[in-house]
Amino acid sequence: MDKQSDLRKYREDFPLLAEWDLAYLDNAATTQKPRQVLEAVRRYYEAENANPLRGVYELSAVATQVYEDARALTAEFIHAAQPEEIVFTRNATESLNLVAYSWGGANLHPGDRVLVSVLEHHSNFLPWKAVAERTGAEIVQIPCTPEGEITEELLRSVLTPQTKLVAVTQVSNVMGRKNDLKKLAKVAHEAGALLMADGAQSVPHMAVDVQDLGVDFLAFSGHKMLAPMGIGALYGRKELLDAMPPFLTGGEMIEIVHWDRVKYAQVPHKFEAGTVNAGGAAGLAAAIRYLQEIGFDRIEAQEQRLTCLAMEGLKQIPGIRIIGSARPEDHMGIVTFMVEDVHPHDVASILDRDGIAIRAGHHCAQPLMDYLGVNSTCRASFAFYNTEEEVEKFLASVGKIRGLMGYGG
Amino acid sequence: MADKTFYNEVLTDHNMHPLHKHALECPDLVMEGVNPSCGDEISLQLKVEDGVIRDGSFVGEGCAISQASADIMLDMVIGKTVEEARELSGIFLRMIQGQATPEELERLEEAGALEDISHMPARVKCAVLGWHTLDEALGKA
Ligand SMILES: Cc1ncc(COP(=O)(O)O)c(C=O)c1O
Repeated sequence: MDKQSDLRKYREDFPLLAEWDLAYLDNAATTQKPRQVLEAVRRYYEAENANPLRGVYELSAVATQVYEDARALTAEFIHAAQPEEIVFTRNATESLNLVAYSWGGANLHPGDRVLVSVLEHHSNFLPWKAVAERTGAEIVQIPCTPEGEITEELLRSVLTPQTKLVAVTQVSNVMGRKNDLKKLAKVAHEAGALLMADGAQSVPHMAVDVQDLGVDFLAFSGHKMLAPMGIGALYGRKELLDAMPPFLTGGEMIEIVHWDRVKYAQVPHKFEAGTVNAGGAAGLAAAIRYLQEIGFDRIEAQEQRLTCLAMEGLKQIPGIRIIGSARPEDHMGIVTFMVEDVHPHDVASILDRDGIAIRAGHHCAQPLMDYLGVNSTCRASFAFYNTEEEVEKFLASVGKIRGLMGYGG
Repeated sequence: MADKTFYNEVLTDHNMHPLHKHALECPDLVMEGVNPSCGDEISLQLKVEDGVIRDGSFVGEGCAISQASADIMLDMVIGKTVEEARELSGIFLRMIQGQATPEELERLEEAGALEDISHMPARVKCAVLGWHTLDEALGKA
């Protein structure tokens, strides 16, 4: 077990945390950026910038190298078999849309089924709903346990031979619970379906090995893992990506274009139409190196420690309801809760006045809110750079809320 | 940490014990207002005769700011002419934008308790929901 002071020093790498006297507990929405990432983006634009993959001159080759090195590192980071299995996108949302439009558009037919878990963020729900409407396929909800898990049994309960794809998140951005994707992928594959995993909340916080998990696609965002906004990635198994039609068309994704004849580029460039975000990719690579230097064992330990502290503290406060599992081990740094009688937006405003940033609302998961029978909730989400003191400050503020709003104790 | 005035007693009181949160019998005007960001919803109900707001109420759900603000608003506009109510609404919106004069603020009575919301951009929509709905309702009068 690490001493807390081991990770404390990393906090100093985050300029924003020094700039603001704020307990930033909204890391599931986006994380802050360390100096090393900001430096890498700056270095790219100061010393390496040209349009990658286009120019003949040396500088363009340098830019291309930075971009492709970032791809190779990203592939290694999630244990993809080869760099070509990583498509750079803007964010997880774009990655999910890419698969829904390209793979879904080409492979879904009337009568086919796509299973979408009730946990999904709108970004892993609406693209499937849209493609289902276009192709005549049907989308079917996979229920979750009260703890927020999609189990093999629950998946099996809706799995039919017509199922072509299963869309499920690795970690729910509301419940914080981790799904056993390895088992779910096996069950999906046995039925002849593919598995599209949403890694937006898992890849930043735990070691992910796509080959070991056996998932067919995985989407994630750079900005939730210390990288700049505007860079994200899609992992897809090479043979699947090879067979898929382009998503967007235009420059940089072709081999030959004549008026009457077009040959698209090979993957991954086939899916990266237009000028790419090389500066963002440089930032993502720096973020990955930064996370690797700390190590996910230490990151997970610290996030679990903070989660534990927060949940134990919340349980002591009258009128607090924690959503999902009562066990801190079941929460990957995400604690969603409600304060009895007090609207979540009022909770967030009061915490904001006390210098604490949390999220309040439906967390882009309205079908899950319906399932849970709530309109909106409050969510605190931790990163390794958060401290025990910040959690204490959060708990002290939450403890006052009901009184402040006129509800005794 | 110091400044907590925007969740003050006036606001929490109107939130917990709203005087006007009930349905009206045979209202002349009914107008729905929603604020999707907080999920606030109100249905404003008014009785208007000879250009005067004789009675008013609201039903709905939402955050404390939206509900208290609607209740305070009804306290103020019941008995006033439509014209006066529109004027108060204009002053309230100016207050929330931090542009009301001291004389104007005085006319807002209890609604002045919400002045601090002008520093909470994310919550402005909650505070003005009732007033916007009133404007819309009176636009039809
Ligand atoms: C589980 C999950 N999926 C997808 C997304 C979408 O991420 P982005 O907005 O970066 O595309 C989020 C982020 O809010 C998320 O939490």
